[in-house]
Amino acid sequence: MKGWLLQHRQASAQAFRRLASTPLNTLLGALVLGIALALPAGGEMLLANFQRLAQRIAATPQISVFMALDATKKEVAEVESRLRKHPGTREVKLVPREETLRRLKESEGLGEVIESLPRNPFPDAFVVVPGDESPAALEAMRSEFAGYPRVEHVQLDSAWVKKLDALLRLARLAVGLLAVVLGVALVAVTFNTIRLQILTQAEEVEVSRLLGATDAYIRRPFYYFGALQGLAGGAVAWLAVLGATLLLRLPVGELASLYGIDFSLHILPLSDSILLFALAAWLGWAGAWLSLIRHLSEN
Amino acid sequence: MIRFEKVGKRYPGGIAALSALDLAIETGEMIVLSGHSGAGKSTLLKLIPAVERPSEGAVIVNGQNVAALKRAAIPFLRRNIGMVFQDQKLLFDRNAFDNVMLPLAIAGVATRDAGRRVRAALDKVGLLDRERAMPVALSGGEQQRLAIARAVVARPSILIADEPTAHLDDGTAADIAAMFHAFNQVGVTVLVATHHEALFAPYMTRRIGLSRGRLAA
Repeated sequence: MKGWLLQHRQASAQAFRRLASTPLNTLLGALVLGIALALPAGGEMLLANFQRLAQRIAATPQISVFMALDATKKEVAEVESRLRKHPGTREVKLVPREETLRRLKESEGLGEVIESLPRNPFPDAFVVVPGDESPAALEAMRSEFAGYPRVEHVQLDSAWVKKLDALLRLARLAVGLLAVVLGVALVAVTFNTIRLQILTQAEEVEVSRLLGATDAYIRRPFYYFGALQGLAGGAVAWLAVLGATLLLRLPVGELASLYGIDFSLHILPLSDSILLFALAAWLGWAGAWLSLIRHLSEN
Repeated sequence: MIRFEKVGKRYPGGIAALSALDLAIETGEMIVLSGHSGAGKSTLLKLIPAVERPSEGAVIVNGQNVAALKRAAIPFLRRNIGMVFQDQKLLFDRNAFDNVMLPLAIAGVATRDAGRRVRAALDKVGLLDRERAMPVALSGGEQQRLAIARAVVARPSILIADEPTAHLDDGTAADIAAMFHAFNQVGVTVLVATHHEALFAPYMTRRIGLSRGRLAA
């Protein structure tokens, strides 16, 4: 066990030395891998932020209940009391048609148009905040409220959240596909790097075999080399995404505030960062593995 | 301890390097292999650490038939055999100390222990004060001594050398021959293929002549 650990330490040290002996190549290799990985990692960062934003906005879904235009005050009051007694509602707010008309009259540009209308075109309405926010419960309430007397229309304000959710799922799939394609590229780059390494180290490999090195001993430094290069690529990608996040944070925050949303871009979550590094190292290792199978002679 | 039984070796192209060779070498012998170029000396030496495999027959080393050894077992055979090559096969990207360290690193010897053994081996070949030198900065004789240090550092029971004194001046070559004698004196079985028979004559227990792949008188 001790000897095994020692050999791994030696192999990793050797891989470090080989990487350090050609700093320019190492740097360029890390940049190529890093840029390839930065695309899906950056996409993941944006997605994670969007999802956070979507969750916050969608956190208070509302149901708008519109009465018929000719509903009497008594009928409206009846529906109001039914809504208030309903176990699924948390908050019910009546928006009288007179108030809607007054508000719109005050609004810039629309006032004159409203003024010219012969009668109030707006119905009485309720804004209902449901207690249970699950899509199934919302849907059930929507159809139940629609059945109340003199209720003309029920609008579920969470419909667009569903659309956003579907869009996010699609985006996530696209990021995943991008990650797969660029992961294959990473394996191919490492494959080639290790091929060149094997050529460069041909003499050392030959001498080591004559001195009694096992296949595992010969291969170990190459595995470490591939994994370390992948890891370096992962680090470059992580830094690139971090840089982009910090650069975008201010303008995105300003844009959000124009829409009245308090939002700031977060850096890549820890779990995604760990995944990025682990995946980069593993792909480098896999590239080395394929290259060793193909290029390391058996003699 | 090393036995060749009806060993034949043909290289691709049909040239027979060795044919029907029978030979027994006892532990502690110091053998000089002589013969013209192409007589089969190098091939014979390469069969012992399974660098080459015989086309027919058996090569028994320490009771094991090397000819039938599985690939995975070969490294462990080689760790018990020190090899000195005509072209030394030193690694020029590391200093003398690290070159001699290589066999111990391969065998997984703990670092501190290994350092002590590397210095002992360098001391035996008179290179202790050059441990930081890169091989390229060493003379031909020093390089060959370094190669010998690397061959013996793992304390093999067999030491084989293919033309270890080629390209060396007479004085240096005589030093090398004496060094092999010193290792033989402590019980290492030594096989040397050489054109400089006279250098090794005072130390050898036996001379084996080869001619066209067969034993010669």
